[in-house]
Amino acid sequence: MKHDVIEKNVGLLGILVAIVISIGGLVEIVPLTMTAEITNPAPGIKPYPALQLEGRDIYIREGCYVCHSQMIRPLRGEVERYGHYSLAGESVYDRPFQFGSKRTGPDLARVGGKYSDEWQRLHLMNPRDLVPESNMPGFPWLADAKIDASVTPKKLAALRALGHPYSDAEIAAASADVEGKTEMDALIAYLQGLGTASKEWK
Amino acid sequence: MLTSGINLFVVALTVLNTVAAVWLLVWMRKRRGESQRTEDTTGHVWDGDLREYNNPLPRWWLWLFVLSVLFAVAYAVLYPTLGNSKGALGWTQIKQWEQLQAEQEKQAQVILAKFADREPDDLADDEQAVAIGRNLFANNCAACHGSDGRGGSGFPNLTDGDWLWGGEPALIQTSIAYGRMGVMAPWAEVLGDKGLDDAAAYVMSLSGRKAPKGDVLAGQQHFANFCAACHGADAKGMTAVGAPNLTDNIWLHGGSMEAIRYTIANGRQNVMPAQEHLGDTRIRLLAAYVISMGATRVAQLEP
Repeated sequence: MKHDVIEKNVGLLGILVAIVISIGGLVEIVPLTMTAEITNPAPGIKPYPALQLEGRDIYIREGCYVCHSQMIRPLRGEVERYGHYSLAGESVYDRPFQFGSKRTGPDLARVGGKYSDEWQRLHLMNPRDLVPESNMPGFPWLADAKIDASVTPKKLAALRALGHPYSDAEIAAASADVEGKTEMDALIAYLQGLGTASKEWK
Repeated sequence: MLTSGINLFVVALTVLNTVAAVWLLVWMRKRRGESQRTEDTTGHVWDGDLREYNNPLPRWWLWLFVLSVLFAVAYAVLYPTLGNSKGALGWTQIKQWEQLQAEQEKQAQVILAKFADREPDDLADDEQAVAIGRNLFANNCAACHGSDGRGGSGFPNLTDGDWLWGGEPALIQTSIAYGRMGVMAPWAEVLGDKGLDDAAAYVMSLSGRKAPKGDVLAGQQHFANFCAACHGADAKGMTAVGAPNLTDNIWLHGGSMEAIRYTIANGRQNVMPAQEHLGDTRIRLLAAYVISMGATRVAQLEP
């Protein structure tokens, strides 16, 4: 086949280009979606409880992922600072995952329990009250906004349709679990749960 | 681990891709023979006189291509490349990380060994120990207690010589290693509005101040009934349960009438997270730094 045949036939050129550029993805990405240790939950990893799930939605809504990653790479300096490197099986109930791609703030993959609830509350109200040199914005409105408890069971049910093993009882109790809680409460519950499934990951 | 089907898929695609690259090279070399003359063109003509040369690939580029194929083959043999193959070197990123971690820990242990099993009190006089403690403090403690150790509202000042859970070196070490959970119950329902005013007024009087309102004597009665169990009959606190001394005018959650009244009404829950994962020697060094901080400050304050 002469290359002028390809050059003069846009359809053929397009098909051949698509084949060439898809090989990397076919070799490196597609097999991962079928690998047990990546698609199965790591030991101790469970779907988020209702309040943490709502907190996770606040985390996404407020764009926390823009400045915070949740992905500790197996590099010495990172493990030293943030704790055990992240495992693929820890993110199986994250839709979408919150790996992030930029660290203006620190990694949060194992921030759970690092500070007290009260610290998180004060820090989210105004970070500079606790860390004078911080450039993180404050999120004081979260303390006033209430979680809409009527949609929480729907969120759990939708995730169950995608394969998250929520029980009927958990879905039935979801509204009660978040009733009267503020967005601040939910976000703190989410943060305090991050990376705490196993003690070995400290 | 990939299942055998997927493994075959990955290996086949990778090998095919490499073979295709070699085939492309050979194909280009063949064409080179037919087109030795540099004026050979592809036959395309644009705008009447614009033509496209059909020259062979430059030799240096061709050799780079050959080298990169050879590199790929060598890499595939040495490193885990083809599906489940482990590679001749047995390299994994986790092994590499473990090795670096072990080297680092070895180096750290050489330094830490000097301080192992020494009492924090003794370490507080050792300049190097205090310097290491300062770094540990900045990394692990400063977010709450402040980089100068003076804390803030809700976060204890470590430089004032006033200790919620005891200032003895062993107790400081325990606080760091296992964390602390300070709990005060809410009294709003028990005391009622006036009772809260009275109790707050009495608490203010303990540090020699006069409250804007409230009956101190009634407050004293409330104190004896409800507060003395933890704060002590003399209100000097009880380090065993982390109940603060109320007579020294040092306030964790604010010492104004409103702040004291709020604390009595709603109670407090104050948590210090455990730092056990740092290991015994690092915790000793931290305790030494905390002691050194308090010592210098106290010495400076003395006339």
